[in-house]
Amino acid sequence: MAGTLAEKVWQDHVVRKGADGVPDLLYIDLHLVHEVTSPQAFEGLRLTGRTVRRPDLTLATEDHNTPTLDIDLPIADLTSRTQIDTLRNNAKEFGVRLHSLGDADQGIVHQVGPQLGLTMPGLTVVCGDSHTSTHGAFGALAFGIGTSEVEHVLATQTLPLAPFKTMAITVDGDLPPGATSKDIILAIIAKIGTGGGQGYVLEYRGEAIRRLSMEARMTICNMSIEAGARAGMIAPDQTTFDYLEGRPHAPEGADWDTAVEYWKTLRSDDDATFDAEVVLQASDLEPFITWGTNPGQGLPLSANVPVPEEIGDDNERTTAERAIEYMGLVPGTPLRDIHVDTVFIGSCTNGRIEDLRSVAKVVKGRKKADDVRVLVVPASARVRLQAEAEGLDRIFLDFGAEWRNAGCSMCLGMNPDQLKPGERAASTSNRNFEGRQGKGGRTHLVSPLVAAATAIRGTLSSLADLDLGEETDLTSFDGTPLAPLDPRLQVQV
Amino acid sequence: MEKFTTHTGVGVPLRRNNVDTDQIIPAVYLKRVTRTGFEDALFAAWRGDPSFVLNQEAYSSGSVLVAGADFGTGSSREHAVWALKDYGFKAVLAPRFADIFRGNSGKQGLLAAQVAQEDIELIWKILESEPGTEVTVDLEARTVICGDVVAQFQIDDYTRWRLMEGLDDIGLTLEHESEISDFEAQRQPWRPKTLPAKHLPAVEIEAARPVG
Ligand code: SF4
Repeated sequence: MAGTLAEKVWQDHVVRKGADGVPDLLYIDLHLVHEVTSPQAFEGLRLTGRTVRRPDLTLATEDHNTPTLDIDLPIADLTSRTQIDTLRNNAKEFGVRLHSLGDADQGIVHQVGPQLGLTMPGLTVVCGDSHTSTHGAFGALAFGIGTSEVEHVLATQTLPLAPFKTMAITVDGDLPPGATSKDIILAIIAKIGTGGGQGYVLEYRGEAIRRLSMEARMTICNMSIEAGARAGMIAPDQTTFDYLEGRPHAPEGADWDTAVEYWKTLRSDDDATFDAEVVLQASDLEPFITWGTNPGQGLPLSANVPVPEEIGDDNERTTAERAIEYMGLVPGTPLRDIHVDTVFIGSCTNGRIEDLRSVAKVVKGRKKADDVRVLVVPASARVRLQAEAEGLDRIFLDFGAEWRNAGCSMCLGMNPDQLKPGERAASTSNRNFEGRQGKGGRTHLVSPLVAAATAIRGTLSSLADLDLGEETDLTSFDGTPLAPLDPRLQVQV
Repeated sequence: MEKFTTHTGVGVPLRRNNVDTDQIIPAVYLKRVTRTGFEDALFAAWRGDPSFVLNQEAYSSGSVLVAGADFGTGSSREHAVWALKDYGFKAVLAPRFADIFRGNSGKQGLLAAQVAQEDIELIWKILESEPGTEVTVDLEARTVICGDVVAQFQIDDYTRWRLMEGLDDIGLTLEHESEISDFEAQRQPWRPKTLPAKHLPAVEIEAARPVG
């Protein structure tokens, strides 16, 4: 029977078929754990005298609370320290592998899985974090779960789940220069809305997606959740295999060959039916930013702040009015005239080596705008090391940016990296909710290239606003693969 | 988990769409490591505003939240459900819920009842014109009663059954342990294991320092 990619992966993991409203029991291949959503799950295990069924399918890392400065000193914030200490104790007690602050494999959980070669096609991957959808870029069925489910997976390595619906999102054509995979996903969310993907697994396909590097694909799948979807997926291909081969946990020898052979079958059959379909033309896209307080409130950078009176739908109008007020904007203002106080480059959406390279390319030899604070936070310690080996850190520091240790940082402001009330940021992260980056903070979601141009000019800008000169090579800005992060690289510090 | 059949309590009209989990409980409160005591964190950013609904005497003891569409979107934090429960809410009514939030609610014994937008509007009107009005949620009959409004709500059969029986998920699954073991015995060898750990060479990480 013809099936979609998501259905195939699902079928391969059914331990017990449900019936009459009882969900299927699904086996979980990889369970990622971090300090925020796990303490109560481990507490639950202790309370019921249960153990972790498969520590060898579980991996923990510290990311949400970790400071990005002075990581060799005790964590100043007491509650952050308690949460991290709790994870360390739990990992020890239950025998779970943990990458702690200061370890070269520490970092945002959605970067650590892929870079170690643990995330691969055809797996079920879960984590107590909604951006687990990132791993779908490899053709894995990957989704965020709540803490009770974390406890359930720890105890049983399975989850009872009702099947998802499937939606095909086809992105045809070619991205124009200066537009990136971030612009694709922001445009998709603006099109289908923050609830548009609810109940669905989104499968991204089409020429423009095929051409993207692994990391650019991860950016797209990462934000599937912002469209309300459970997961996002991209069928594996040569780009996927090339990224994986040689990574520490990638299969080797005959296992590799068997795996690749199987992975090649992981695509939606030509005659498979999706419950919904959406089509987008990549050539129509331009740099996209958000003006409001949910990721669906996005517009091309060339547009103006919406005028609520012109919005017909009552609900949408009130939501827009509220967002514009919170964001401190004047309806009708060109988005390009909006001045920012902070530029944040990082997060599991856009804190990977390619993101840092593309920013470095733009800012090299320039100075940031005087009144703008620029924060560059690599997604993992390994990404930091690689960037330093390539000299990117020097470029950022000379530009006037701060170069930090790895972690979630200002993506959600659980550590000291926060916006002050009323402060405005251009951020490469994934959520622009009220107060997300600090109480009263205002967030515009942007691509790394827009972040770089904005840091130079001080107002929301794209590459088109810069006088880039002849010598800047723009060819890799359209999302075509840059040199992949080489796991075998020996880094000299 | 306590069994849930019917509940009657003061209804709280929350006239907002898209109440995301960052609004239900801001990230700073996620640092706690306990499972209870989150009542002060609920809607923390809004609680400072005297006009916010929960700050009004008549609603402060509310236990049935009546919200707009797309309640619980955003982050998967289950703390959102704990905060609602710790505050005393037993049920949330909304025209549409985010999937993860709805899943989390079911597991914690908080009823997430999907009520049609028109009915929500009617209930809002009653609760706003007569603050303190009680709402009855009958899980068995899948109905909500508020004043003279009687509305149906939707909830999937499985969640309803578990709520009514007060059943713990893990215990249910472990009844099928042998099937899990059989499945494990057949897994392909290429599927990854995190242990024993395979690493890249260990490297010393230098701490970043503030610039300027
Ligand atoms: S970087 Fe942001 S979105 Fe990603 S895991 Fe961390 S907090 Fe969540």
